[in-house]
Order: sequence, then structure tokens, then C-alpha cells
Amino acid sequence: MAKITSTQVKHIAKLAHLEIDNRQSVAFKKAFRETLQVIDNLQSVKVEGAEPTHQVTGLENIWRDDEVDESSMLSQKEALRNAKNVYQGYFVVPRLIDQDE
Amino acid sequence: MNDLTTLTLADTIQALRDKKFSLSELLSSYRSVIEKHNQKLNILLTTTLDNHPEQLDSPLAGSPLVVKDNISTKNIQTTAASTVLDGYRPPFDATIIHRLYQAGASIIGKSNLDAWAHGSSTETSQYGRTLNPRNPDYLPGGSSGGSAAAVAANMCAAAIGTETAGSIRQPAAWCGVVGLKPSYGRVSRFGVIAMASSTDSPGPITKTVEDAAILLNFIAGHDHHDSTTSSQSAPDFTTNINQSIKNLRVGILYQGIKGLEIVDPHLQKVGQVLESLGAQVDSVSAMDPKLAISVYTVVQRGEVSSNLARMDGVRFGNDRSYFGDEAKRRIMLGTYTLSKGYADQYYNTAQKVRTLFIEDFKKLFKKFDVLISPTSPSFAKKVGATADAAMFGELEDMLLEPSSITGLPGINVPCYQDKKTHLFLGLNIVAPMWREDLVIKVADAYEKATSWNEWRNKA
Amino acid sequence: MKQTEYQLICGMEVHAELKTKSKMFCGCKNDPFHASKPNCYTCPTCLGLPGALPVANSTAIEWTIKLGLALNCRINLFSKFDRKHYFYPDLPKGYQISQYDLPFCYDGYLETSAGKVRIHRIHLEEDTGKLLHKTVHNQKVSLVDFNRSGVPLIEIVTEPDIKSAAQAKEYAKTLRGILRELHIADCDMEQGGMRLEANISLQAVGTKELPNYKIELKNINSFRFLEQAINYEIERQSQVLQNGEQLNQETRGWNAVQNKTFLQRTKEEAEDYRYFPDPDLPPIRLSTNQIEIIKQNLPELPLERAKRWMSNYHLQPEFATRLSEDTKHAQQLDSLFKLAVNKKFEPSKLANQIVNKKITVNYQNLEATLEEFESLNATATVDDNDLEKIIRQVLAEHQDAVNRYHAGQKQVLSFFMGQVMKNLKVKADPQQVRSTLHKYLDN
Repeated sequence: MAKITSTQVKHIAKLAHLEIDNRQSVAFKKAFRETLQVIDNLQSVKVEGAEPTHQVTGLENIWRDDEVDESSMLSQKEALRNAKNVYQGYFVVPRLIDQDE
Repeated sequence: MNDLTTLTLADTIQALRDKKFSLSELLSSYRSVIEKHNQKLNILLTTTLDNHPEQLDSPLAGSPLVVKDNISTKNIQTTAASTVLDGYRPPFDATIIHRLYQAGASIIGKSNLDAWAHGSSTETSQYGRTLNPRNPDYLPGGSSGGSAAAVAANMCAAAIGTETAGSIRQPAAWCGVVGLKPSYGRVSRFGVIAMASSTDSPGPITKTVEDAAILLNFIAGHDHHDSTTSSQSAPDFTTNINQSIKNLRVGILYQGIKGLEIVDPHLQKVGQVLESLGAQVDSVSAMDPKLAISVYTVVQRGEVSSNLARMDGVRFGNDRSYFGDEAKRRIMLGTYTLSKGYADQYYNTAQKVRTLFIEDFKKLFKKFDVLISPTSPSFAKKVGATADAAMFGELEDMLLEPSSITGLPGINVPCYQDKKTHLFLGLNIVAPMWREDLVIKVADAYEKATSWNEWRNKA
Repeated sequence: MKQTEYQLICGMEVHAELKTKSKMFCGCKNDPFHASKPNCYTCPTCLGLPGALPVANSTAIEWTIKLGLALNCRINLFSKFDRKHYFYPDLPKGYQISQYDLPFCYDGYLETSAGKVRIHRIHLEEDTGKLLHKTVHNQKVSLVDFNRSGVPLIEIVTEPDIKSAAQAKEYAKTLRGILRELHIADCDMEQGGMRLEANISLQAVGTKELPNYKIELKNINSFRFLEQAINYEIERQSQVLQNGEQLNQETRGWNAVQNKTFLQRTKEEAEDYRYFPDPDLPPIRLSTNQIEIIKQNLPELPLERAKRWMSNYHLQPEFATRLSEDTKHAQQLDSLFKLAVNKKFEPSKLANQIVNKKITVNYQNLEATLEEFESLNATATVDDNDLEKIIRQVLAEHQDAVNRYHAGQKQVLSFFMGQVMKNLKVKADPQQVRSTLHKYLDN
């Protein structure tokens, strides 16, 4: 069975955009172990020849015509209403790169 | 006066139409039940009892409903029971909400759930756990624990829940109510906060099977906002009420497997009841449900990690530090199983095993019209049972996961009540894709042949 | 120390926004560059609100296949959309709906004058929102506008077949011509409607070993900058390698003011996008028949048109190519050449003069254009005796030049041509002058 190291937990947290403290890191290692113990039985199943099922409905070619649907569109006010930080019609986030425009 | 709240949905509609009482009288009855019990039981996170117009000409005639709080309601707070979404008021209605309004429903509250629908207890709700109205020392199950409890506590005429793997049927079983999980793709997911997109199915939680059929009629059918809804038109599900199940072939699943000692004898009795109604009942063995837990766990964690990626606090809600431990745990595991070098070992293998389950069911449905099993291995668990158990929900929902990952329709009907604890056991009935008619027909026949349903007996 | 010579190894990734009416996965208006204000063309889907779902735009799918066919690609009859995960504030869902292992188109090519550039794949995805970096209330922030979020975006990826900066530029320009000819993209470079990326490395000439690094040049918004940036990189990388140093994977941008590339980001660890098939979007299965219909409705592409003009009207390749890129006037130019042939004018000469801006085409009145051409090129036949007299006079005056001509400096001829033409009072037919000059010089 795969073992999860603290370094891996850190790496996964980074990929998942989560901040994890030491207490959680320890707890997650335990949870990973428990979960992996359960799901590792998949490795014992003979799956040769089986196609993966991503969707159970068997639907294909579901699309829409290229038309503007005004009834679903939001006004600027509605779009921004639930945001904590807005400025002149924009959403505001902390700067990620150091460059003014 | 408070007897109004014990009416089934069918009787409520009829009584409103016959003007036996007005909608405002009905709403004030519900208000008093809610005011009396909600604080203790923590069933509803938001109540919206005001400003509902009389609408006697509509199919639901204004019937008061409760919907799970992971279903978007325009301008009404929708949290999925996570503080990440505290204060979030969606600028749109989920398709099913829109349809319910059109059918003349009065939505009077949003019910508690496990945060993000992750769990089978409501104990992971960041707004506190819900207690089982049958016995408040016990949990209501989950994740639609609030919706099932709302029905059991007579806080609404009927409710809507969502199921990914057991989340409608298991709390229905623990609360002693009816829970119908439609075929995946039968009911639109548009506006339902996604948990595991490939298995999420909204459905009714009600007092009777007939009520479930009535509600399903209004929420089922193709939605041009949800590409995964079936284009076939939904039949009138209420035509399956009061039908004979003579010569119907019923297979009993999972008999004698370890851990089902409590429920096994009751299922035997269910078999006898169905036989007495003319059905042909036989035991049958199926693929190991433990493998379904694995498939479900891998697929669900993967999809969860993806679906919750949009919660960044920029456009709505709070940032990712507000996630509870359970959500973080699931996001982390899903991220891991989808990551480079592991996707093949876990995600891709799980999707192949899923195919094997579909094939297994196809074989079984050549011999049987419906399959039955216990809904949950036990009665409701005591408050606090889930603390720190990473796999609690999955083990609890083991019997339902095979049908969840394959998209099949299923229903829970109460099949036993313990006199001392007042807690219930549930019967799960599963049919082939798109055959909700069969589960409704069998469940209704069973419900009417037994005395477990207190509301039906009142009618 | 001996200088090692290096060969450029370059592949390109080009993104272009499709000009459908609505966005890729929702019914929002697709017109981000003309929106009156930020965040006014959004809906729950392209804002990534909880519970909102995508529905694919069929026109965008059809157009992607159209482009694939125009670029000689094979088409995947079974295709799907996948989720590509990464976190950035302009990506509302935390994943981009893209295509991973089954893109709509693969294995095609585009011809350039320096050879074929093979197309590895073309896939369809959704664009992100737009970030504006500002200082607001003394805080460095980024402002996010989602009008562009969810606009259909195609990515065209080549094999590393590009051997020079000029070829890269030609490839990109030709590609833009095709996108415009198909009426599927405006390719406004300034606004980011078409975005160029080049993956650049150098290989020592004579070695078979492929380079173990790749520099990604990103966010280039003009063809000229692309050429300059690649040339700059060839120079920079040669020097680094010449010094025996290692080059590492990194992303660089182009600074158009300082005329140099600059480091944007080094890759510490391999990216991990955790692709999986989007469960919200059923797969797409196409029939060979559907593809055949799209193929039959393809318009003539610039390259084909240039070839046709070369063979039908004997246009020189250079001028045929230049004019064929003007997709807006392709039909009128066709009529113009046909009209020229009817009037016994040479279309090749006409094309030459159009490209060299000696003639401005009046697209409203092609006849007038040909009249202008006629008067510009009007020549008088000069009396042979007068001509020979002048030639003798010119040759006598420039005996040294005559000697040089006989010593092998044939280019002196043009000097004599000029002198003779100047001395003739009328506009002579250069052909007549040239042949008479030859008579005197070569005998």
C-alpha cells in the first residue's frame, strides 16, 4: 500500500490551494492511511478489457445553438453583489505579479 | 390546528383546493411547529415562511416545501452548510426550484446537511448537527439529514434532498420517511452545489410513496442548462400508485453478508410481504459492495477536489481557510488520486470497476425486475458517532453505493420501527435506469400492505 | 576556441478566440473587447458560481473542425472535454474546461516557404477572465473582469519543425490568414484575440541529440515581436551554450522597449493539472459524413488561392502570396486579374505594381483600376534609327563602362538602360531598349 509522507501532504495541499497546519498534517496522514486501506482493494480487481465509465447516461453530442441567452445573463450589479471586495465594477484580488499597468 | 402539518402532500394539495383551510392558516401551523422544535433539532438553517401567495389553481396549490441548503435559491442564502458560503445569496434559482415555484410550491425553509453534502450524519455541518426528531439522542443520517428530519418532524409537507451515494435514502431510513433517488440524469443538477458531478441526483423526501411520485413529476425531465439530463420525457409517476405487483420478480441482495445481522430478519419479512402480494422473491448474489465503496470513494473525492476549486472567496463567499476538516480531507485525497502517477492506479481503475458494476446489474436485471436490500445496516447512530472516522459515511452507505455509482433509481421505505427507541429501519428498492416507475410501484404496494407509515394511516 | 554552430528547434502554440455570438459553455454575449463596462457579460456559469453547469456551443465545435480540415488535420471521431486544474484569480472555477487526450484535430500541417510545419493538435477550450494590475488605495491589487471568461478559445500546437524566426513569423501570419478566411476568428493581436507562444531551444549542428531544455516565449502580441524575440533568443542561448553553461526550463516574455526577452518564471516542479473527463459534458461522437459536409463547405484558403493565381495568371510567388492574404478582397482581385487577361494586360505585372504600391486598386471600379494601370505603363514605340543614334552616343560617352561590361560586369547594363531612357524624350518600351543595347554591346 502506498504510504503518504509529510512532504507529500504538503505538496498535495499546495496543489489543492489549502493551508494546512501541523495538527492537520498529522490528521490527514492518518485519514489518508485509513482511506487508502479501503480503496486499495481496487488493485486486486481484474479490469482488463473493461472500458472506464465516466458518465452513466450514455448521452453523447449534447450541445446548444450559438445564441445569446440574455435571460441567464447577470447585470454588473448582480455579478458583483456577493463579492467581498470590488472596485469600479471589478472584483479585487491581492496582486500576484509585481507590475503596474 | 397542528394536525394540518401531519397531512401528506397529496392530502395537503386536496385540502387547499377544497378550501378546508387557507394557505396562511397552513403556514402558521408550520410556523408554530418550526418555532417549537427547530432550535433544539437544528433542522432548518433558513426559514422563509413569509410572502407566499395563494395559488389554488396551481398543481401544488401552494404546498409548503423544504429544500436542502445545497440547492441555489435566488436571493435566499444558500450555504451547503459550510461557512465558506456564509451570506452567499445566489443571483439565480436552481432549475428544480424554478420548476417547483412554477408548480405552485411555497418554499418555507432551507435544511441542514453535512457540509458540502460530505457525510452520512449531518455532523459535519459547520452550522451544527441536526438531531433525529424520532429520538434526539440520535443522528438523522445524511447528508440530506435536515430534509429527512424536516419531513419526520412535520416541518413541511414534503422536502427535496440530493443524493450522491445514499444521501437521500439513508437519512430517510434513519428518520423513518420515504426518500426517492431518481436515475442519474432524470432530474436537473443545475443550481445544485456540485458534490460528485457524475452521481449527484436531487430527489424527493416525503411522508408517503405517493407524495414522492407527485414531487418527482414536477422536478423530473430534460433541462437545457444541464447537459447530463436525459432528453426523454418523464412519464406521470403517480400512475404507479395502487398498482398490483403480481408476478413481479424481486431479488434480495446482500443476504447473510457480515454486518447485516440487525437488518437481515426484517428483510426476510419484507420478502414475505411482497410474496403475499403476488411477487416472486428470490435471493441473489451480486458484486462485492465493498468494491463499490472504493469506486465511489475515489471518484467522489476526485470530483469533490475539482468542484470545490471554485470556492476562492473572490466572487462570493469566504476564502479556502473556511473549509472544515472533512472537506479539506476529501479535497486532499481527491487531489492525490488525480495527480500525476496516481491517476491510473486510482481514478482510471475505479472508472473501470464502475463498468463492471454496470455489467453486473445488467445481468441481474435480466432475471429480476427490481432488487431489494436494507437501506442501512443499522438503526440511526448515536450523536457523536462519526468523530474522526474518515470512512464513516462510506461504510454506512455501502449497501447503496453500487446503485449510486451506476446511476440507478432507488427508494427507501420504512420497514420496521423499534418500539422503545422509536427509531426505524429502511427498505431499499432498486430498478434499472429510468425505471423509477418500478421502484414507486413496489414501494407503494409494500407501504400500503404494512403499518409502518403513520401518516398514511391517518389519511 | 572553435565556435559551435547551432540550429533553432522551435514549435509554436497559438491561441485564438473564436468569434461566435455566445460564449463556449453558456449563452453570454461573446464580445469582451466592446463591452461597455467590466463584468457585464457574465452569468452563473462563466462566473463559476456554485451549481452552475456548462453546455457546449455547437458552432465553436464545428469551427474547430473546420480549422482542422483547413490545416490538413485528421479529426477525432470521438472526443470529449476535460478539466484542467490550476488556481489563478482569472480562472473562476479553479479549472479550465479544455481537451486532454482526445482533441478534435491532430496530425495536420501548414505549408510555409521554408517547408511544412506539422500541426500536432488543435483543441477547443474556454478563455479566462482578464486581470488588470493596479494600485488602489495604496494597495497593489489585481482587478478581475470576467467578460472574457468562457469565450471559446482554440489552441493550435505545432511540432518543433520551425527552423528560423522568419519561418515562425510566416507560419503565424499564414495561420492568421486562414483563421480570418474561415471567418471564425478576428485575431486582434493588440487585444489578445490571438496570442503567440514559441518553444525555443538550440541544437548543436551535427549532433543528433535533442536539447534537454525548452524556453517558452509567452504573451507575444505581434508578428514582428515574435521574430525579434526568437532571434534574440537564438543569440542569447548560443552564447550561454558557447560558454559551456546549462539552459533550464523557463518562461520568458518580450520587452518591446528594451528589445530583449526577460525571465518570467522558472519551473521548479513539473506542472500537475490533474486532468479528468468533465462529468458535466457528455462526449462528442462525429460521423465521417458530418466531417465531409464541413470539408465541402470550406472556402478557398490564401495558400490555395496564391497557387491558383500562380498557375492561372502566372503571378510571381512573392506577389501571389502577398495579395492572397488580403482575404477581404480576394474575389475582387480574382475579377481584376480576369479582366486584365481579357484586355491582354499581364496580370503578373499588375500584381507586382499593386504590391509595390504603384497602383491603388479601386475595388468599387475595377475598370478604372485597369485604366490607371494602362496609363502608367503606356509606352511609345521609338523609331529604331533614333534609338540607335542615342545608344551610340551614350556608349561613346562612357567608354570605360563599355570596357567594364566586356570585362564581365554585366550589371553595367542597367546603367546604360537608364542613360538611354533619359535621353529619349518619350516613354520607351524597356524591352525594345534592352534588346537594342544588347545588339550593340554583345557584337
